[in-house]
Amino acid sequence: MFYRETGQYKTTYAADRAIFPIRQDRVAFAVLLLVAFVAIPLLANEYWLRSVLTPVLVFSLAAIGLNILTGYTGQLSLGTAAFMAVGAFAAYNLEVRVPEVPFLVSFVVAGLAAAGVGILFGLPSLRIKGFYLAVATLAAQFFIEWLFTHVGWFTNYSTSGVITAPPMTLLGFSFESAESRYLLTLCIVVVMAVMAKNMVRSELGRAWMAVRDMDIAAEAIGINLMKTKLTAFAVSSFYCGVAGALWAYVYLGTVEPQAFDVLRSFEILFMVIIGGLGSILGSFLGAAFIVLLPIFIANASGIFGDALSAETIAHLEFVIFGGLIIVFLVVEPRGLARLWQIVKEKLRLWPFPY
Amino acid sequence: MRKCLIVALAALFLAGPVPAVAQDQSDEGAGAEQFIPITSYRTGPYAVGGIPFQDGFVDYLKMVNARDGGIEGVRITWEECETAYKPDRFVECYERLKNRGERGASVFNPLGTPLTYAVIDRLPADKIPLITLGYGRTDASDGTVFPYVFPLMVNYWSQNTAKIRYIAGLEGGLENLEGLKIANVHHDSAYGKETAPVLAKQAERYGFEVEHFPVVHPGIDQKAVWLNVRRYRPDYVILRGWGVMNQTALKEAARVGVPADKIVGVWWSCAEQDTVPAGDAAVGYTCSTFHNNGTDFPLMQDILTHVHDAGDGTGPRETVGTGFYNRGVINAFVTVEAIRTGMGRFGARALSGEEVRWGIENMELTDADIAAAGATNLVPPINVTCADHEGGGKVLFVRWTGESFETASEWLEPDRDLVRGMIEESAAQYAAEKGITPRTCES
Repeated sequence: MFYRETGQYKTTYAADRAIFPIRQDRVAFAVLLLVAFVAIPLLANEYWLRSVLTPVLVFSLAAIGLNILTGYTGQLSLGTAAFMAVGAFAAYNLEVRVPEVPFLVSFVVAGLAAAGVGILFGLPSLRIKGFYLAVATLAAQFFIEWLFTHVGWFTNYSTSGVITAPPMTLLGFSFESAESRYLLTLCIVVVMAVMAKNMVRSELGRAWMAVRDMDIAAEAIGINLMKTKLTAFAVSSFYCGVAGALWAYVYLGTVEPQAFDVLRSFEILFMVIIGGLGSILGSFLGAAFIVLLPIFIANASGIFGDALSAETIAHLEFVIFGGLIIVFLVVEPRGLARLWQIVKEKLRLWPFPY
Repeated sequence: MRKCLIVALAALFLAGPVPAVAQDQSDEGAGAEQFIPITSYRTGPYAVGGIPFQDGFVDYLKMVNARDGGIEGVRITWEECETAYKPDRFVECYERLKNRGERGASVFNPLGTPLTYAVIDRLPADKIPLITLGYGRTDASDGTVFPYVFPLMVNYWSQNTAKIRYIAGLEGGLENLEGLKIANVHHDSAYGKETAPVLAKQAERYGFEVEHFPVVHPGIDQKAVWLNVRRYRPDYVILRGWGVMNQTALKEAARVGVPADKIVGVWWSCAEQDTVPAGDAAVGYTCSTFHNNGTDFPLMQDILTHVHDAGDGTGPRETVGTGFYNRGVINAFVTVEAIRTGMGRFGARALSGEEVRWGIENMELTDADIAAAGATNLVPPINVTCADHEGGGKVLFVRWTGESFETASEWLEPDRDLVRGMIEESAAQYAAEKGITPRTCES
């Protein structure tokens, strides 16, 4: 009834190529942005902004990064957390050694550094595929964690090996409050998500998808495999690097190499798989699912009060979380983004499906 | 069916957290109750230590409520939040619990070095103190730079200097350390490497030789490491382990012929969970703690009578008196005593975080106070000051007999002069990096 594009004609090529060709989608997206930028900072309390929504946004960015590589280009990677670590440590070192640099610039440098490392560890992808590539990217994971633990220069010779981010100020404004940090993260994530969405709709993105679907065929139609795969690694790592810098600066304010261990890589891979491979929206949904669900379970288990011991609740969380992941994957293996797509298709016919 | 399931899950997912948050505020406005947030790890790789520790912590609070009706008559309430030893989960717990209770969270006990680091920057703004009993950040012992962090009892560096003193005691004096070879077998992480600088300083001062042997996490396979240790032919081995690494290290040491009585462990390697699985290989192994083990103390007996006999024990009764359990009790004990000190100034009512901070900073537990609490020889005296947030604790060495830990030394004094200089240097670097002006401690 409400979600029907009847009567909306596309008269220009630009309109046909729009990100949201249907007017209702555009309105919904505008409302969503309005909620995210205005309503949430006004209504949500510090707990929600600081420790729930900010990490969701940071993980969404990392998931977009991995989705570009795994979902769009079909290159399985287990080095996501390592690329995040590169970003975090690059931003930290730049800020500590050259304090004049504005932190936004150091975020960009963080992304570029991660992109460089990503290209380096992407080189094996030219020869190997699938699970073998996943194992090769594990090398990045272990090597980078080892490097940051053992080479004192990266942590500015701090005895504990844990870096603490310097304060963030921009034009005299200090990003201290939960609202300002949330809005900063939101701005960066929205801009980069729109960029990603446009990238995957461009020639580059189509080349990525061609490589994913069949690399020999892609090569036969004139796609340069080396360039395509390496740009995918570079762009993906760039996103992860910025996410890592945000994690260190905006969310925790401190970071140690072990925070970016292989489990973190798996966590992001699960976000992408549950959210939906090859979908920008899916990256957000997956990140929200993985971050929010344990928090929700922990909060909800409070209703049992003293009836359950703290130990039982802690284990219950794992059981429910694991169970729900299995249920979701059985119900819809193509992820939450696909569920959303089904909902939209149903909505077009609602309330009179034929 | 499928559709219903999806809709139900989606509804649950979207609507669920909202009532849970609304619930948060409903606790407020109750009577005079002191809220203590508890962040525990009962799951994850370190749950083996985390579970008995938290049981001890909670049991002590239960005991204070049952025996004395609370602290100075103010009942204690608490809520546990699971961190799984992950910094991000801890931050979430911290933010969730910091405004609970009548006057907000009183004091956090993160029980983990990375968890500690994750919130240090937030503390001054939130005005909530942190007690990190026996773990890092080490340089937070400098209260001028870290007004809200209290690494009470002994930090890692102090503890490590005490180990050298213990070894000196075995050798018959500090002068006999000259020429000794000491192997530092450590967990290959930030935590494990933290004592390297202090060992280097001491090696220089006393003329012994030190060599570091990192063990890759989690430390299940240490054959190569211990072969290297044997090749080095150390006179003593310092074991700075964690979790499953400890028992493996003890077994491997026995296999390559390094005697257990030449191995000195850190307190994270000093529990029944480490020695019992190692079997005979652990007999004679000594390690450092900042408290005593066992139940032969009036305070521990009170827990058994008022909590376990009343059927209210958090964990199994057998764990009472074990290393991690007693550590939890001690942690709760200093937390309660700090709040009591605060109440002495601000009155017997629920205290805010800032007031508890004052309480910790002015806490002085003399031998008489500790005897009155029934904890003689269970904990050393503590005297926290504005500048010294460590509180001048001492270190006790205990030896594993195959059945239990027996006392192996007096309460040893660490090399405070050496450690203090390093702490001030490190804290000054932190202050410079973060643009903090250290406060002055005149009064």
